[in-house]
Amino acid sequence: MAWFRKTKEDKTTAPEPEKELWIVCKKCKAHVFGEEWEKGLKVCPQCNFHERLTYRERLDITIDEESLMELDADITTADPLGFVDGKGSYTDKAAAAKDKTGMNEAVVTGRCKINGITAVVAIMDFRFLGGSLAGGTGDKILLASDYALRHKFPYIIFSASGGARMHEGIVSLMQMAKTCAGIARLHRGRVPYISVLTDPTFGGVSASYAMVGDINIAEPGAMIGFAGRRVIEQTIKQKLPDDFQTAEYLLEHGFIDRIVERRNMKDFLTSVLKYSRRK
Amino acid sequence: MTAPAKQTEETLSPWDIVQIARHENRPLLRDYIEGMFAEFIELHGDRNIGDDPAMVGGFAMLEETRVMLIGMDKGKSVDDKVRCNFGMPNPEGYRKALRLMRLAEKYRLPIVCLVDTPAAYPGKEAEERGQAEAIARNLTEMAAIEVPILVVVTGEGGSGGALGVSVGDAVMMLSNSVYSVIPPEGCAAILWRDAEKAPEAAQALKVTADSLLELGIIDEVIPEPEGGAHDDYAATFEATKEALLRHLKSVSRNKGRRLAEKRFEKFVRMGKFDGRKYSKH
Repeated sequence: MAWFRKTKEDKTTAPEPEKELWIVCKKCKAHVFGEEWEKGLKVCPQCNFHERLTYRERLDITIDEESLMELDADITTADPLGFVDGKGSYTDKAAAAKDKTGMNEAVVTGRCKINGITAVVAIMDFRFLGGSLAGGTGDKILLASDYALRHKFPYIIFSASGGARMHEGIVSLMQMAKTCAGIARLHRGRVPYISVLTDPTFGGVSASYAMVGDINIAEPGAMIGFAGRRVIEQTIKQKLPDDFQTAEYLLEHGFIDRIVERRNMKDFLTSVLKYSRRK
Repeated sequence: MTAPAKQTEETLSPWDIVQIARHENRPLLRDYIEGMFAEFIELHGDRNIGDDPAMVGGFAMLEETRVMLIGMDKGKSVDDKVRCNFGMPNPEGYRKALRLMRLAEKYRLPIVCLVDTPAAYPGKEAEERGQAEAIARNLTEMAAIEVPILVVVTGEGGSGGALGVSVGDAVMMLSNSVYSVIPPEGCAAILWRDAEKAPEAAQALKVTADSLLELGIIDEVIPEPEGGAHDDYAATFEATKEALLRHLKSVSRNKGRRLAEKRFEKFVRMGKFDGRKYSKH
């Protein structure tokens, strides 16, 4: 465990990617001035579309400055099956994901402060192999819950994932049981666990830790579900409603407690944590 | 669908084994209930919205041992298959299973789960009623259940749909059953961009009982009679019963919280990165 150290991303001498002058909203196609887009936390001022964030962007808007003590930063991908598919090896794919993101796995975990309250966070990043859950991811999420349990700090997971990582096969599937076993210990130890579901949260992640928070929160418009829309449409041979599997749809069906705007997330978490604080 | 019958196991590819696991004459849950248990008292309903015929459960006698039996029913005849949704449970199926596991805990009965499902049902209502939440809840609650949980994958162990009742102290597989994070066809369609490459995907995913034993995911491979379980039901039930009773005896050495703690440790070891320690709880 180390103080939040410089990641590969920081070490590169490559210049910062040039700031886009204009951003086109992926949803409503509105043109937004780049600076305004960033200032608005990547939320479209026209249609409220919440663009996906990198783990670092999420950290920046969620935790107090310089408060992260990262946990298990060295945990990285293993290749338990020696997996090779039609286009190459998993080892190569994982190496490319590491280069692209500067991450060692699809999640970053650590102890931090949120408006002065100490908490443990796990932040998934969809850029790393679709935020998929595999051995290393499961380990980090479990170890962070174990840290929270030991110190009685609240645990907050920000999910963003397509589901279990196929390349680690059955080992990925078992991470669902493993991470949930960690959550069960938090329940028993009366340690608060808040799940924040961001776009997208599917498959093996929605069917494990993401759905069993004391409180489940989602960002507006986030796509959340078990099976993908295409699989369901092929199975039932019907067209699904447009708002199917949106955060709003899940709120209506009783599976999340609140939809919270990105700009209000930090303060909302703070308000909720107040009720779970031990005297 | 015909399986390559009467071959020795050495010559079977993982894809051949997938076909045997799905063989139309393979013994299904109702056959096990009939042939392996002395009594079965079925219990119905999730106490919320209904009763899922794809997930069956109730009190059962395994020789002299009282157990709570839970399993997926794929159905025999065409009508029966439709009624059972081809063994693909809806959320109420997982909730019924959890309700019965809680009951088993109250009565101090060991839980036996016979797993045979292509997947949790990917349907519109299944999503609306919280398929993800139902499975997630089971995984979380099963980790803490204080009676033994014994799991046998008898046919298809279809991803989260199977895992939703498979967090066991002992997990066994019949020698021609499969257990996978995704069906080989689905994996081939995504990673090979060609569903026809399913045999390659089955190989890469390591879906067979022998591979899973080697990976440390399961505890035992229950050998099927030569030619496969569909060739000799009685011998299959006998071997399965023997393995269940033996593992029950061995996992029962730990009781209550200690048993649940051992189960936690068992799953923590799966895909573990290195020798990091977890706190005792």
